[in-house]
Amino acid sequence: MSERAQPLLAADGTPLKRSIERSLRRQKIEAFLLVAPLLAFVLVTFVAPIADMLFRSVENQIVAQTLPATTDALKEWNPDVSALPDEAVFAALAVDMKAAVKSKTHTRLGSRLNYEKTGVASLFRKSGRRIKKWDLAGDAPFKDKFLDLDKKWGDPQLWQLLKLYSPVYTSGYFLNAVDLKKTPDGVEPRAESEQIYILLFQRTLFMSLAITLMCLLLGYPIAFLLSHLPMRTSNLLMILVLLPFWTSLLVRTSAWKVLLQQEGVINDVLVTIGLLGDSDRLQLINNQTGTIVAMTHILLPFMILPLYSVMRTIPPSYVRAAKSLGANDVTAFAKVYFPQSVPGIGAGSILVFILAIGYYITPELVGGTTGTFISNRIAYHISSSLNWGLAAALGSILLIAVLVLYYAYDRIVGIDNVKLG
Amino acid sequence: MLDGTNPFVRFRNVQKSYDGETLVVKNLNLDIEAGEFVTMLGPSGSGKTTCLMMLAGFETATHGEIELGGKPINNIPPHKRGIGMVFQNYALFPHMTVSENLAFPLKVRGMSAGDVQEKVKRALDMVQMRAFGDRKPAQLSGGQQQRIALARALVFEPELVLMDEPLGALDKQLREHMQYEIKHIHENLGVTVVYVTHDQSEALTMSNRIAVFDDGVIQQLDDPVTLYEKPENSFVAQFIGENNTLTGTVEALSKNVATVKLEAGDTVKALAVNTDGKGGRTSLSIRPERCVVSPKKVAGLSMLKGRIEELIYLGDHIRCRMNVAGNDEFIVKVPNTADQLGLEIGTETHVGWQTDDCRALDFKQV
Ligand SMILES: Nc1ncnc2c1ncn2[C@@H]1O[C@H](COP(=O)(O)OP(=O)(O)OP(=O)(O)O)[C@@H](O)[C@H]1O
Ligand SMILES: [Mg+2]
Repeated sequence: MSERAQPLLAADGTPLKRSIERSLRRQKIEAFLLVAPLLAFVLVTFVAPIADMLFRSVENQIVAQTLPATTDALKEWNPDVSALPDEAVFAALAVDMKAAVKSKTHTRLGSRLNYEKTGVASLFRKSGRRIKKWDLAGDAPFKDKFLDLDKKWGDPQLWQLLKLYSPVYTSGYFLNAVDLKKTPDGVEPRAESEQIYILLFQRTLFMSLAITLMCLLLGYPIAFLLSHLPMRTSNLLMILVLLPFWTSLLVRTSAWKVLLQQEGVINDVLVTIGLLGDSDRLQLINNQTGTIVAMTHILLPFMILPLYSVMRTIPPSYVRAAKSLGANDVTAFAKVYFPQSVPGIGAGSILVFILAIGYYITPELVGGTTGTFISNRIAYHISSSLNWGLAAALGSILLIAVLVLYYAYDRIVGIDNVKLG
Repeated sequence: MLDGTNPFVRFRNVQKSYDGETLVVKNLNLDIEAGEFVTMLGPSGSGKTTCLMMLAGFETATHGEIELGGKPINNIPPHKRGIGMVFQNYALFPHMTVSENLAFPLKVRGMSAGDVQEKVKRALDMVQMRAFGDRKPAQLSGGQQQRIALARALVFEPELVLMDEPLGALDKQLREHMQYEIKHIHENLGVTVVYVTHDQSEALTMSNRIAVFDDGVIQQLDDPVTLYEKPENSFVAQFIGENNTLTGTVEALSKNVATVKLEAGDTVKALAVNTDGKGGRTSLSIRPERCVVSPKKVAGLSMLKGRIEELIYLGDHIRCRMNVAGNDEFIVKVPNTADQLGLEIGTETHVGWQTDDCRALDFKQV
C-alpha cells in the first residue's frame, strides 16, 4: 500500500504530474500563438471600438474641460437659494471663455449643449466673438457684462443645464435614447412630439421578428426539399439559393425599388390585369412592407443554410421508423422530423434576427420614414447631427438588447440546441 | 412447408430498378409462412435491403406483386402495413426517452394511457431493460439501444417483423448473445421474422430458412442444414462456410455420378448436382472437414496427391493448407486425435473424400 502513496514518476524521475503539466503548457502556448494574430486583429478592430462606443455613451468631459473654473465655482451655487449664480461664477466663466475662444473649443461645447437646449450653440458663438475683446483684469464685474452681451445668460435654466452637465460622466445620453431627459428636478419624459427612440426600438424589434418569421416560413420548405434531393441536384439548387450573394446588396435593394414602387413592375402588372385601378396603386415601398419584403429576400439564405445543413444530418431512417411504427406522414413529420430540425431553426432564426436588428442599408433605401430601423437613426447621429454620444447610447442599448435576447433564448431553447451543421 | 393455402408473405416476380438501367432485384419469388424466421443472406449490394424496403413499403416494386396475408400490398402506405421494423442504426428517436420511444407506436394507434404504460412496461421487461425507461437513447450502450429497437418493433404486436442487419454494429460476443435473444423472442412470440444479414454464421444460427442472395437473384432458399450440406451452386457453396474448389471438365455422366477430369490431369468422381452435362466445365466443391489426409491411399475414397504447405494449430483441430491438383489454397481440417499422422510442412501425402461429399456444380473461375 505504501508504494501506492508515492507520486508516480516519469521515466526521467520527475513526478508524472509535473511533466504532464509541462507538456500541456507547451500545447497551450502553441495554441495561443496560433490564434494570436486573429486575437490582435479582433482586439483592435472589434473589441476596442465597442469599448470606445460604450465609453462615449456616458462620457461628458467636454464641459469640465472647456470651462474648468466655471464648473468648479458652480458647485457652490444652489438654484433653490438664488435664481442666478453670483459674480464669482460669472468671473470664472469669463476666464474660461477667454481661454476657450483662444483654443477655439467654445463652439464645440456650444453644439454639445445645444443637444440639451436649443439656442446654446449660437449663444456661445456670439459670446465668443465679444469676449475675445474683454480685458480680464479691468472689465470686472462680469455678471452685468454677460447679461448685457445676451440676456440669455440671465436664464436660470441655462445655468442649471451647465451645472447638470458639469460632471465628467453623464446618464444624459442614455436617458435621451429612451425618450427621457434630465432636469434639475430629476428625470422626466420628453415632450410627446420629441419621443421617437422607444418607438424606433419597438419597431426594430417587431420588424426583425417579422422578417425572421417570414424567412422561416419561406426557408423551411426549401431547406426540406433540398435536403431530400440527391446530393448532386441539391448542390446545383443550392447555387440558386446563394445566387443573391453574387450581386451587391445595393443592386438587390435597388431591384426591389424597381419592382415595388408605385409606378413599378408589380403595380403595373396589377393594374394591367385589372386587379387595381390606376388611381389606387399600392404603396409597397418606403414603408414597413418595403423593408420587410426586401430584407426577407436578402436574409433568406442565412435561414436556409443552417436549416439545410441540420436537415441533411437527420437520417431518413427516423421518419421511416416512425412510419413503420404506424405514424402517418403528418404525425411522423410533427413528432419525429420537426423536433430534430429545431436546432437548425434556432440557428437560422438567431442568425437572421441578429443580422436584421442591426441592418442599415436596406431600411435606409426602401424604408421611407415608417420602415426605418434604430440603426438608421444611429447612422444619422454619427454622420449628420454628429451627436456621437447619443449614437453610442443607442448602439449600446441595441447591443444590450441583443445580449438579453440571446440570454433569454439560451434559457428557453438552450444554446446547445443550435447547430450550424 | 407450403401447403395449399396462401403463404403469409409472398413475393411474386418482383423486380426493382432504381435508375431504369440496371435491375437491383431480378424476378424475385419468395414465399414465407406465418411464424417463420427467414433470413436474406448475401454479399453487399446484392439487393437484400431493397427487398426489405419493398416489403415495408418504403420502395415500390418496379414490377411484380408483394402479398401480405393473402392481400396485395403494393398500394398500401407503410404506416398501414402494420409491419415492425428494426433498422441497422436502430433509428431510436433521439429526442424521446426510451419509454416514449416504445409508447410511440401505441400512441399513434390511439391506445389509452393506461394500456400504453402497461405494454411499455411489458416490452421493457421482455428485453430486460426495465430500469432504463427514463433514459435518452444516447445514454445507452450499443447493445442496449439494440434491445430497445427490438422492443419498439415488437411492442405493438405486429405479425411480421423486419430486421435489417440489426446486430451489425455490435461486437462479436454481444452479437452472439443477441442472436440467441432474438431467436428466443421469436420462438416465444411466434411472430414472422424476415432478417437481413451478410454474416453467414448469424444466418445459420437463427433461421428456419435462408435465402442466399447474389446479384439480385435468390441463389438458393433452404434450411441451414441443407444449405450447408447440399449447396446447389458454386456461389452458395463458396459463400456458406468454408469450401475447397477444384475445376475440371465432365468426362462421363452416369446417373448422378460425374467423372471429372481436373485441369491438373487427375480424374475424380463427384456427385453430379448442377453440371452442363458431358463435356461441360464444372467446379467441384468439397468441405474441408470432409477430407482426410493419409500417407497411403484409403479404399473407398477418391484420393489425390497433395503437398502440405502450412499447418495451423487450433486446439480442437489442425488447419492444414495443401497444394492439391494445382490449387494451393486447399484446406483440410484434421481432427486433433492421438495419432498426429506425422503432419509436417513439405510432406508429400494424399488427401481423400467420399464421392458424395464432392459436389460437381456450375463452373465458376476462382
Ligand atoms: N436509393 C437508391 N438509389 C439508387 N440505387 C440504390 C439505392 N439503394 C440501393 N441502391 C443500389 O441497389 C443495389 C442493392 O442495394 P441494397 O441496399 O439492397 O444492398 P444490400 O444487399 O442491402 O447490401 P448491404 O449488405 O451492403 O446492405 C446496390 O447496388 C445499391 O447501389
Ligand atoms: Mg443493406
